[in-house]
Amino acid sequence: MTSPKPLEIPTMDMTSKEVLRRIEVGGDMLLNMGPQHPSTHGVINFLVQTDGEVMKRAIPEVGYLHRSLEKIGERCTYNGYMPYTDRVDYIAAMFANQGWAMAVERLLGTVVPERGEYCRVIACELNRIASHLISVGTMAMDVGAVTPFPYALREREFINDLLEELCGARLTYNYLRIGGVAFDLPTGYEEKVATFLDHFEKILDEFNRLITYNEIFIKRLAHLAPIPAQMAIDYCLVGPNLRASGVKFDVRKDLPYSIYPALQFNVPVGKGEMGTLGDAWDRFWCRVEEMRQSCRILRQCLAQIPKGGEIMAKMPRKIKIAEGTEAYSRIESARGDMQYYAVAGPGENAWRVKIRTGSFTAMGIIDALSRGLMIADLVALIASLDVVAPEIDR
Amino acid sequence: MTFEEIHQRLVAKFGERVGPLAPANKDAWALVQTAAIVEVCRHLKEDPELAFDCLMNLSGVDWPKKNQIEVVYHLWSYSKRHSFILKCQLDRAKPEIASIESVWKSADWLEREQYDLLGINFTGHPDLRRIMMPDDWIGHPLLKDYKEQPEWHNITTTRDSPLDGFVRLDELRKKAAAAGAESAAPAPKKELLQ
Amino acid sequence: MSKHYQQDFGSVITSRTSFIDEIINLARKSSIFYLLFGLACCGIELMQTGGPRADIDRFGSVPRATPRQSDLMIVAGTLTYKMAERCRLLYEQMAEPKYVISMGSCASCGGLFQYAYSVCKGVDKLVPVDIYVPGCPPRPEALTEGLLRVQDKIIRERWFSDRQKIGQQKPGLGIDYKVTA
Repeated sequence: MTSPKPLEIPTMDMTSKEVLRRIEVGGDMLLNMGPQHPSTHGVINFLVQTDGEVMKRAIPEVGYLHRSLEKIGERCTYNGYMPYTDRVDYIAAMFANQGWAMAVERLLGTVVPERGEYCRVIACELNRIASHLISVGTMAMDVGAVTPFPYALREREFINDLLEELCGARLTYNYLRIGGVAFDLPTGYEEKVATFLDHFEKILDEFNRLITYNEIFIKRLAHLAPIPAQMAIDYCLVGPNLRASGVKFDVRKDLPYSIYPALQFNVPVGKGEMGTLGDAWDRFWCRVEEMRQSCRILRQCLAQIPKGGEIMAKMPRKIKIAEGTEAYSRIESARGDMQYYAVAGPGENAWRVKIRTGSFTAMGIIDALSRGLMIADLVALIASLDVVAPEIDR
Repeated sequence: MTFEEIHQRLVAKFGERVGPLAPANKDAWALVQTAAIVEVCRHLKEDPELAFDCLMNLSGVDWPKKNQIEVVYHLWSYSKRHSFILKCQLDRAKPEIASIESVWKSADWLEREQYDLLGINFTGHPDLRRIMMPDDWIGHPLLKDYKEQPEWHNITTTRDSPLDGFVRLDELRKKAAAAGAESAAPAPKKELLQ
Repeated sequence: MSKHYQQDFGSVITSRTSFIDEIINLARKSSIFYLLFGLACCGIELMQTGGPRADIDRFGSVPRATPRQSDLMIVAGTLTYKMAERCRLLYEQMAEPKYVISMGSCASCGGLFQYAYSVCKGVDKLVPVDIYVPGCPPRPEALTEGLLRVQDKIIRERWFSDRQKIGQQKPGLGIDYKVTA
């Protein structure tokens, strides 16, 4: 390979300078936190203006993982776009798949058969547990407790095995199809999932003993950046972030889709148990409790799934929709309310795909919340909002 | 409240600045005149019966054939649990619209993204600059007639296919036989490591 | 001592490393510290590779957050143009001798984002890559194999005798050939 041409070491970009001119950089330090930093939320940069350890402003800079998925959506067929939706949120890839499938099914008017819906929910709820495991594990690690992270990764390996048996991949599944799912549940799958659930519910209790009710952990996270409900709604926070602030809203209960009306589960809402309502500990606790509820959903699905039946509706070979037809789909992803806005184009491609994710709007609130926090608190705040870079940048 | 009821209230208040409810092509929407968007949004948020407290989504759609860029607003109310869709149509040559950041804070980043990718100028936005692309990027990538630059900061934007240099031997021989009596020697094998 | 490194799929280059070379290289290859440069989906698989099941800590590899203390950079994930300059900056901050593994197909050639306007089609436009690990994302076992290949490269380096980068100064010598001791 030819050696690369030498690049100039960049100084601060032009418009970042413009931003800085607006900040009074009196005797304060200006730090660049990121885009490569050990907390694993992906490549996000923060311009932090600090006076010693106390911050005055923290401006997030994103776009380091902008992979132009929306432009690619304009040249892929509807079915062919499914692997790209995996990459929108690779930690909870089944949800992104489902959002796209539901948007196109709304454009077409298809109805997914019942067994296909059960397969979808089983895969999605397993993925919700996996995603929350990473979220709580990295949150504990960012605060300094390194032990829960390998515990979470170990449990996630079991889920990876289950999903690999289902669809062949460990991370970016491409399992859902427009109109159903790609593969049926293998034989003996229900027993394996039941064994995993028996094992996992005990691990959740152990996890709570280890970290959730740990005194030091509570002292770090309680009263940290409490978000009042009105502010959360104004900045359009969704998912566990919103529920921790006391707003009882879950797309699965309030705008039900798929077979969620037939399932019984609770929606954990923050109560301000250890600190203020809507602080970082509430957001952490909401995620742990959602894992427990997902186990409950999975058990019901395994009991109720119809024994035989189609997993995929009858779909035309080439999907063509009248130009200009629009559809909007909302699903409850692991990180909140993921919404797809799809406009059909002439031919077999979409004209415009817009994906609105929970992490994108959560970044908008960080600047407002971070005045007066310490740098270590900023790390805990970002972790508690559970932002991942691919959802922000797409 | 259904879409029709919300639309009736809007038309009652704003008259002809709000267009008719577009035929339900799965989701009904109402066209709003570009100059009136901030007023309409503020009314939608502050009216106690409409109470749209959340701007869920703001997207721009490029229609070069109609010479328009559409801005689509998806609104949702947590207290009343209803939703609505507004659209504004902007001139494609100079797309400008007032920013609704003063009404809903979530519009801040959503509008910055549409400015970056489609070039829509949101007047009155406190901090309109690029968010996804590097700051010195030229062009707005999501437009339909966007052409990629050949390189940026000395990094080339294309990659040669590894199959470019390889020529199949049988095709070469066929070409040589078709070209005439000259016996062309087969091309030398490409160096594996250079 | 001279050794043959012969493997099943073909022969490898034998270089006449001396005893001191081998001792130094053994120490170096058994404690490769890698820079946590997880950018995208492959970053999660990188975390899982360092995690409990496919543990690369048993090969002596621990993750470091800073380039100053690492000698291997695993570029895991899609590289965008905005991130490219930072990637180069981090590479230049690492101390010699340093190695780069390009993990996954996005880092090797742009992956499935060939029509993306903002994705750099391959990290080897910026940094010289030693090992390419294919996959989307590669399994932890595949990344472990990549790490073992880097170890194979390290064990063959010469420190005191005539150092010659294979294939660069004598073109044509890059083709593998069998040498018996």
